[in-house]
Amino acid sequence: MSARSGDLGSSRRILAIWLPAFAIDRWRIVTQKAGGTLDSGPLVLIADTAHGPRIEAANRLAMDAGARRGMMLADARTLCPEIATASSDPAGDLAFLERLAVRAQRWGPWSAMDEPDGLLVDVTAVAHLFGGEDALLEDVRAGFARRDLAIRTAIAPTAGAAWALAHFGRAGAIVDRELEQMLADLPVAALRLGSDVLTVLRRLGLKRIGDITTIGRDALQRRFRKRKVPEANPLLRLDQLLGRIPEPLLPVIEQHAPLTQRRLMEPIRHRTLLDQVVNDLADDMAQLLESKGLGARRLELGLWRVDGEVAVRRLEMSAATRDPAHICRLFAARLDDIEAGFGIELLRLRASWTEPLALAQGDIEAQTESPGTSLATCIDRLTVRLGPKAVSRPVPFASHIPERAQRWKPPLEREPPTQGVLEFHARPLKMLDTPERIAVLYASPDGYPQRFRWRGGVHEVARVEGPERIAPEWWRERGSVRLRDYYRIEDERGRRYWIYRQGIAGDGRGGPPDWFLQGLCA
Amino acid sequence: MPSATTSLPLASLVDAGTIAARNSSRWRPGLAAAGKPALHSEVFASPNEAAGAGAALALALDDWRNLPRGEGRAGGRGDTHAGTHGEPDARPILWVQTRDAARLSGRPYRAGLPKEMRDRLIHVLADTAQGALFALEEGVRCRDIAWVMGEIAGNPKALDFTASRRLTLASEKYGVPLFLVRLDAARDLSSARMRWDVSSAASDAPRWNAQAPGTPVWRAELFRARGHAPGEWLLHEQGGALKARRERQADNDTGALNWTAGLQRRRLSQQA
Repeated sequence: MSARSGDLGSSRRILAIWLPAFAIDRWRIVTQKAGGTLDSGPLVLIADTAHGPRIEAANRLAMDAGARRGMMLADARTLCPEIATASSDPAGDLAFLERLAVRAQRWGPWSAMDEPDGLLVDVTAVAHLFGGEDALLEDVRAGFARRDLAIRTAIAPTAGAAWALAHFGRAGAIVDRELEQMLADLPVAALRLGSDVLTVLRRLGLKRIGDITTIGRDALQRRFRKRKVPEANPLLRLDQLLGRIPEPLLPVIEQHAPLTQRRLMEPIRHRTLLDQVVNDLADDMAQLLESKGLGARRLELGLWRVDGEVAVRRLEMSAATRDPAHICRLFAARLDDIEAGFGIELLRLRASWTEPLALAQGDIEAQTESPGTSLATCIDRLTVRLGPKAVSRPVPFASHIPERAQRWKPPLEREPPTQGVLEFHARPLKMLDTPERIAVLYASPDGYPQRFRWRGGVHEVARVEGPERIAPEWWRERGSVRLRDYYRIEDERGRRYWIYRQGIAGDGRGGPPDWFLQGLCA
Repeated sequence: MPSATTSLPLASLVDAGTIAARNSSRWRPGLAAAGKPALHSEVFASPNEAAGAGAALALALDDWRNLPRGEGRAGGRGDTHAGTHGEPDARPILWVQTRDAARLSGRPYRAGLPKEMRDRLIHVLADTAQGALFALEEGVRCRDIAWVMGEIAGNPKALDFTASRRLTLASEKYGVPLFLVRLDAARDLSSARMRWDVSSAASDAPRWNAQAPGTPVWRAELFRARGHAPGEWLLHEQGGALKARRERQADNDTGALNWTAGLQRRRLSQQA
C-alpha cells in the first residue's frame, strides 16, 4: 500500500499537516489530564545527554527569551534564569503522533506519519465530501483546535510540495498547478534536506528553490553524488517535490491484535487451576482467530498478580496456528517458573502477530492413520524447549569461502532462490565450527602433505587430491588475508579429511603458511 | 524323502542356494523392501572421522529408498505421504546434535550432503544430552519427518536403557526410523534394534585419478541386532544404492555355499 505520489501529475492531492509546537502541545495535554499546572512563564522540555541537559522543545515565552531547540539548558539559563523545565518524552510523542495519524484518516483513505511532528494524508478525490478543499482545511483546523494543537496545513499534488508549503509557505495554501513557480520562492530547507547539505547549499549561495533550477542540473549532479539517499541529494528532492519521480510513503494502518482475557473472582495460586484458565483462554482465542480466518504466530500471555506484579510469557510459532491443545502444551513448558505469590487475578492472552490461516476440513481418517504430530508442531515444541536458535536449516549463500557458503535460517522459512552451482569439487560431509590447526610434514613447501598430526594422532597421507585454490574475497576482506589451497586426503586407515594450507611460502603476507583441518569427509 | 533330494539337478540346487541366502537372517542392503526395517539403530564411531554420520546416512538412505511405497501396503510411514499420489517423498530429515558432538565432529555441511537431502535437512543443536533426547523423541513422533539422525558424544547419564527403550517404542509406534550416532562411546546397554560399529576403510581408487580418495567405504560391524546374525561388511554406495561386501572374498556367499555344500554332502552320503 505504498503511495506513489507524483506519477499521476496534478490528479493526486496530498494534505500535509505540520504541528509546529507538537512536543509542547502534547506536554500541555498530558499535564492538564494529570491535573498539573500549565506553563505561565517560559518552559523548556529537556533531554539528558552526556554533556548535561539539552533543550528539545521550548514554548513561546521561552523562545522569546532566547531558548532554542538543541541549546544546552545551562546556556538558556544564563539568558533567562527563571526558565522552567520538564522532561521530554520522544517515545510518547511518537505514539501520540501515530494515534493522530490514524485519526487523520477521517479526511482521507490513507495517512502517513511524517516524523517527528507532521502528518501526510491522501485527500485525492475526497474534498467534495467536505465541500471543497478550503472547507476541508477548515475542518482539519477546527478538529485540531478542539484538541489545543497548533497546526499549519497545505494541499498540493505531491507529498514533497505539501510538506514544503506547510512548513514554509502561506498558512492553508492550496496549490493546484504551476507548482514550480509557486514553490520557487521557498527556501531550500523546504526540500527536506539534511543540515550538512543545507550548509553546503548556503555556502554555494543557493538560498531559494528557484535558485537551484537556474544553475543547471549537471553541476548539481556532479556536486551531490549520493543517489540513494534523498536527504543528501537536492536534485532527487526537487524531482520528488515536482512529481517527476515517485516517492513511496508508508501508510499507517490500524490493527487490533486479537485478545482474550479472564478476570478471576478468586485469585488462583495453584498450577492445575492456572492450566485450566490457560486452556479456556486458548479455546477463546481459537474461536476468535477462527472467526477472522487468522492463525497466531506470536502469543503473549500476561498474568496479573494481586500484589501488582505482572509476568509475561511470550511464544513464537514456526507456522500460523490456532490449535488450543498445541498452544496449551507450549505454554505449559513456560509456566513452570511462574511465582503466584498471593494469587493471580487476571490473565490476558494476546496474539500480537497473526497470519491468514484458512479454515480447513478436519480429516478424522488421516488423524487415525498417521497419529504423529505435524512438522510445525514438532518444531514449535523444539523451539520452546531448546531455544529459538537451536532449530535451523542450512541454506546456500553466494560465497567462495566454504564456511561462508552456508547459512543457518529458521526451519520453515522459504529457501531463498540461488543460482545453481557447478560442482567441480567434492565437499566434506561435515565441517568443523572453527578450522583446527594441524602440524604437517611435506616434501616441499608447495608440495603435497605427507603426514600430519591432529588431535594427538599422526595420520599418514595415503591418497590426496588437490590443490583446490580458493582466493580471499578481495571485495570484502582486507588485503593481508591469505589464500587457501584445499586438499582432499585419505590417510592410511581410510579416514578422509579436507585440509587446507593458508597462504603460500613467499607471498609476502606473513611467515611460513599454516595448515588447518576444516572438514571431515564421509 | 531321499528320492526327492537325489532327483534335484545341480542348477536348481544353486537356485535354491540363492533363495536360501535371500531368506537367511543375514543383514544385507535393501532389506527394507522385504519386510519391516529396523527402526532404531545405533552407530558407534570415532569423533575424529565422519564415518559414523556417513554410514548412518547411507543406511538411512538405503532403508528410505527401498521402503515399498504405493497402495495396498501398510506399515512403513512413507506410503501415506508418497507413492499414492505419485510424487516423491520430500519430507524433511531431522539431524539432532549435542553441542559436544558438534564441537568434536563438526556440523553437517550442505554442499557435502547427498543430493536428495540437501534442501530437506533440519538441524537441531541441543546444549545437553537431555535436550537432544527430547528432540529425538519429538522428531520420531512427527509424521512429517522422513527419518531422524542423532549424534551424541560419550555416554551421558541421561541416555540409559530406559531412555533408549523409550526411543525404540516411540519410533516403532510412529514408524519413523531413528539412527543414533554414538561418538566416542562405550557399548553400553541399549534397546536399539541394530547396533553397528563403524570406522573408515580404504576407498577404491577412482577410475580417472588413482591418486585421489574415491567413494567412501566404511567397515561396519553389526555386533548386536534383533533378528539378524552379527557380521562385518565393507559398505559403500554405488549408483545410488548401498552395496555391502565381505572383506574376504571367500566369505561373500558363505550362506549359499554352506547350504549347497550341505545338500551335496547329504546327497553323497545317501548315494554311498
